[in-house]
Amino acid sequence: MNLLEIKNLHADVGGKEILQGLDLTVKAGEVHAIMGPNGSGKSTLSYVLAGKPGYEVTQGSVRYEGKDLLELAPDERAAKGIFLAFQYPLEIPGVATMTFLRTALNAQKKRRGEAELSTPEFLRLVREKAGGLGIDQDMLKRAVNVGFSGGEKKRNEILQMALLEPKLCVLDETDSGLDIDALKIVAEGVNKLRSKERAIIVITHYQRLLNHIVPDIVHVMAKGKIVRSGGPELAQELEACGYAALETEAA
Amino acid sequence: MNAEVRPIRTAAEQALAADYQSAKKRLPGGPAFARLREQALAAFVEGGLPHRRIEEWKYTDLRTLLREAAPLADPPDKATFARAKKFDPLPGVDVRRVTLINGSFVGELSDLVQPEAGLTILPLSRALAEGHALASRIGRLLPPYYDATLALNTAFVADGIVIGLAAGSKLARPIHVRHLFTGAAAAAAYARTLVVVGEGAIATVIESFEGPDGVAYQANTTAEMQLGDKAWLEYVRVQAEGDAAIHLATVLADIGAQAKLHTCSLTVGAAVSRQSVFLRCTGAGSETRLSGATLLRRKQHADTTLYVDHMTQGCSSREMFKSALDDESRGVFQGKIVVRPGAQKTDAKMMSAALLLGDAAEADNKPELEIYADDVVCGHGATAGALDENLLFYLRARGIPRKEAEALLIRAFIGEAMEAVPHEALREALLARAADWLAAREHAA
Ligand SMILES: Nc1ncnc2c1ncn2[C@@H]1O[C@H](COP(=O)(O)OP(=O)(O)O)[C@@H](O)[C@H]1O
Ligand SMILES: [Mg+2]
Repeated sequence: MNLLEIKNLHADVGGKEILQGLDLTVKAGEVHAIMGPNGSGKSTLSYVLAGKPGYEVTQGSVRYEGKDLLELAPDERAAKGIFLAFQYPLEIPGVATMTFLRTALNAQKKRRGEAELSTPEFLRLVREKAGGLGIDQDMLKRAVNVGFSGGEKKRNEILQMALLEPKLCVLDETDSGLDIDALKIVAEGVNKLRSKERAIIVITHYQRLLNHIVPDIVHVMAKGKIVRSGGPELAQELEACGYAALETEAA
Repeated sequence: MNAEVRPIRTAAEQALAADYQSAKKRLPGGPAFARLREQALAAFVEGGLPHRRIEEWKYTDLRTLLREAAPLADPPDKATFARAKKFDPLPGVDVRRVTLINGSFVGELSDLVQPEAGLTILPLSRALAEGHALASRIGRLLPPYYDATLALNTAFVADGIVIGLAAGSKLARPIHVRHLFTGAAAAAAYARTLVVVGEGAIATVIESFEGPDGVAYQANTTAEMQLGDKAWLEYVRVQAEGDAAIHLATVLADIGAQAKLHTCSLTVGAAVSRQSVFLRCTGAGSETRLSGATLLRRKQHADTTLYVDHMTQGCSSREMFKSALDDESRGVFQGKIVVRPGAQKTDAKMMSAALLLGDAAEADNKPELEIYADDVVCGHGATAGALDENLLFYLRARGIPRKEAEALLIRAFIGEAMEAVPHEALREALLARAADWLAAREHAA
């Protein structure tokens, strides 16, 4: 069964049609990359999948695990296993990272009818996941993303993903603003999550990240649609020729 | 005839004046205090209840809100003691407890035994009746303008608590003055707390106010605080009155040289409430920190009005008031900072922020600076707005349901106002009360 099936998706933002008939099918176990120029609608697609208010679907369908995804609230989607690593993670003053992580994990467990973790269980789990991402205790005590560097914010997104163990991960330009060392840490964190049950969609502007997270399928997005799909070699072709050639092709 | 005298107009005003005439013989105090009462009543007869054309009461029209003067509350009957005993508004805080029910001191529910060295603590009724040395300090602090609620308190107050701390002494644990209202019928209760902190003495005093829902009682309370040089007072008040109550509070303080006054108020109760705070920095180099969190729902109305008077040089004051306003509630914040000529090197900053949770909620903010000195740093800021939808989405995208996500953000917003309370258990208890409010909101459909 397809984990995610998007058909002829049209979506408006601020009264403007951004997605213009997008099709995409993702199976569990696959890693997809979506590449495309700025403004092509990549973030819009990720927000539509996560259920951001104001992103209005006007046509088409999105099915997740065989069911209509669009009728679910954002928190319901998250509990069902959808995770969006934000291109620009938000700062939440006054909410400690630890509190945030715990509230999120327990809320999802509660909704799924699973037992909540005890404090020691939770602490052990966070320490284990955070260690691999180079996130120290001090960072976890601070307010969510407040005063974090760009790289720390992105690593914090991956930590959340590792803790919540989603089925469908959407990473929106997780590589932007990272130096090569940080990029490797993040890629390693993502690779650890690759599994038969899980699908990952990596949205990126550059081929660089895909050297570290090698995708099964690469899509090219332009003007709110997938205009080409292929294997990892497509990413290299784009790197060599740029998006301009594609856009003329799509037009 | 004096043409300036405004005739008493409302039924409530007339009833209050009449009540005083029939009650005054029963009220405690010697001739000096009786004179204070008479003066206060005369001022009330002249000034009446404030209304919206009185600048300081612009948003809280007491003449309209206080349609009827409730009869003076009866002293509490013993049957209510057992219930009151179980009642702990701030669990987990080790305190010396004082209980006032319907404005009367209740010895059975108060712990005045074995006061630590330097502590004098006794019921206000006894202090007045016996002419105790501290009684002469009651009613000494006056606001810069006529204030009806304070005048009524001075006229009617029958009891309360008097706390004196000798120079250099330190309270071993906070004193918690619990104000409870009991009874099913509307009644008026007046109480007063006097806190005199001697030179270099250190104290934490908590006052809490509670009563039954659905009873339109009127609680009028005054706290007078006199801080000697280098004294340090932490003052915390929790207003959690019943949902039909009117709560009128006046807080007055004189702050000596290099003294520290830190206050934190949590307001969750009453249909209508007002706290008027009048502070005077009388000695050089003092430090004042005022903070407050107000959490309102339905048609609740809460007004915080501050007057901070920098009378002399080198004093700092910080005010931070936060309110979260749900449904159709209304939060009022008025803050005035006065820097007198010669009060050089004053450092004053005032901040108020309102979170509008309900579509029909309203926040009124009026900060004012009145500066007559040139070498000062003063500022104020006021904000009002809804919860950040982008932050809510971020939290929800992590699986946190909307109401819970809102609760996290509201808690973070108001938590800032309670962060500065140094007593850990007390701070936790305050946050727990705020959490109760949030939980109730989360579970309301
Ligand atoms: N809130 C918004 N209101 C109006 N237009 C928007 C909004 N957000 C994004 N857009 C527009 O949608 C288009 C696609 O944006 P986006 O999805 O962020 O692209 P990408 O992530 O591929 O760079 C851009 O033209 C952008 O200007
Ligand atoms: Mg983008």
